[in-house]
Amino acid sequence: MKLIVAIIQPHRLNEVKTALEAVEVNLMTVTEVLGQGRQKGVTEVYRGAKEAGSLLKKVRLDIAVNENFLEPTITAITKGAHTGEVGDGKIFVLDLAECIRISNGERGGKAIG
Amino acid sequence: MNSGDTAWVLTSTVLVFAMTIPGLAFFYGGLVRRKNVLSILMQCFIIMCVISLQWVLFGYSLSFGPDTGWGIIGSLKWAGLNFVGSQPNPDYAATIPHSVFMIFQCMFAVITPALIIGAFAERLKFSAFLIFSVLWATFVYNPIAHWVWGAGGWMKSFGVMDFAGGIVVHASSGVSALVFCLLLGRRVGYQHPPFRPHNLPFTVLGAGLLWFGWFGFNAGSALAADGIAANAFITTHVAAAVAGLTWALIEWQQNGAPTILGACTGAVAGLATITPVCGFVNPINAIFIGILASVFCYIAIAVIKTKLGYDDALDAFGVHGVGGIWGTIAVGLFAEKTVNAAGANGLFFGDAHQFLVQLTMVAVVSAFVAVMTWILFKFVDAVVGMRVEEKQEVIGLDLTQQSEAAYTVIE
Repeated sequence: MKLIVAIIQPHRLNEVKTALEAVEVNLMTVTEVLGQGRQKGVTEVYRGAKEAGSLLKKVRLDIAVNENFLEPTITAITKGAHTGEVGDGKIFVLDLAECIRISNGERGGKAIG
Repeated sequence: MNSGDTAWVLTSTVLVFAMTIPGLAFFYGGLVRRKNVLSILMQCFIIMCVISLQWVLFGYSLSFGPDTGWGIIGSLKWAGLNFVGSQPNPDYAATIPHSVFMIFQCMFAVITPALIIGAFAERLKFSAFLIFSVLWATFVYNPIAHWVWGAGGWMKSFGVMDFAGGIVVHASSGVSALVFCLLLGRRVGYQHPPFRPHNLPFTVLGAGLLWFGWFGFNAGSALAADGIAANAFITTHVAAAVAGLTWALIEWQQNGAPTILGACTGAVAGLATITPVCGFVNPINAIFIGILASVFCYIAIAVIKTKLGYDDALDAFGVHGVGGIWGTIAVGLFAEKTVNAAGANGLFFGDAHQFLVQLTMVAVVSAFVAVMTWILFKFVDAVVGMRVEEKQEVIGLDLTQQSEAAYTVIE
């Protein structure tokens, strides 16, 4: 089991969701986050006080998958989030030790989907 | 001079002021995505600063100054408020200081270009917005105000009736909004999925302030504290009430739930519509006008806009354009001399003449506005460029045009 953490541009979320649905990945957690990578933030000014390159809003997806879904999920996220510009985001893949479905206590791979 | 009249028009001036900021600012501000709310508030705020100056320096003179000959435009004789003092000007209002009439009209000159903000929201460069608004005020608003309301204006001589600005304010800004958003194009990602308003409570607050201020807009346009003002006050309230209810009911029937955004939109549509008629019709006919205001504007926004696919972001045309045009036509249907002896009888009171005048004049103004908006758009686009870069649009206008953010995420 793997946990995929993807940081993407907020306005690409819908394309990513559509691409994930096409490969039957329908379960995900979405959070709003702030971040900075190679894309510089925008300078903000408040009554003359400048704040250079502040953090930009991004969207974070957390998706748990079984191994056979790993590559299709990565491909779908990449396809949906890609614009070719700096700031498109990153995908991290982590090993997942356990997964438990709260409603019926199922564990492991069958609890993921 | 009448101190009661003067007090009422000064009070109305403040009411109309509040329609732009904070009324319209919050009405529109709540409807955009949260990365653009400050750009809307800024545009509404700065247009108050800029057009107020334009107005006292030369805009008032172009609109209401002595006619230059063919009823097209006022002269610059009153530029810098020359001859605009505490003595009344009987051409406009015999019982209040001329200066009071001037500052009351200033608030109309401010809110009219501000209404167009709804069409180009979330994608216009701030510099382009500033230049376009000043040019629009000078070459579109000032002439039309002169035609319809100025002493010697050609539409006024023709007998057009526009009590508080159905043609001058709402049809003109609404038609301009439509042409503008057609030329500008849609926002990035339009309809995939539909953009959600980021703060509907702001929109409700704004709609409430618009309704509140509209009493000054319409009843103040009587320019006296008299029976005509009272009638305008009541018809304004009735039209807003019935239109807000009607829109909610239409939505309930069409979509299964009445929404607060729908009720607010309906009320504003009713207010825009009743504006030209409020001083000429009785309150019961205002009910019919208000119901149809919501029906027509709903069709424009929910059916026609969707079919044609233009991105009038906050429905400046759908509400103000359609409402203003319908209200102007309604003058020719529902006006009656028993309400206002200075008016005329409409089609339903046995006279087709006024109906034809209203129809012709609103068509002429719409054509003029469309052509002028096209010219001014092309000019400003050539000089500074209208649209922000796609990347800036994606990040949001608050950060890229104002260097500020409305909401913090952490702390």
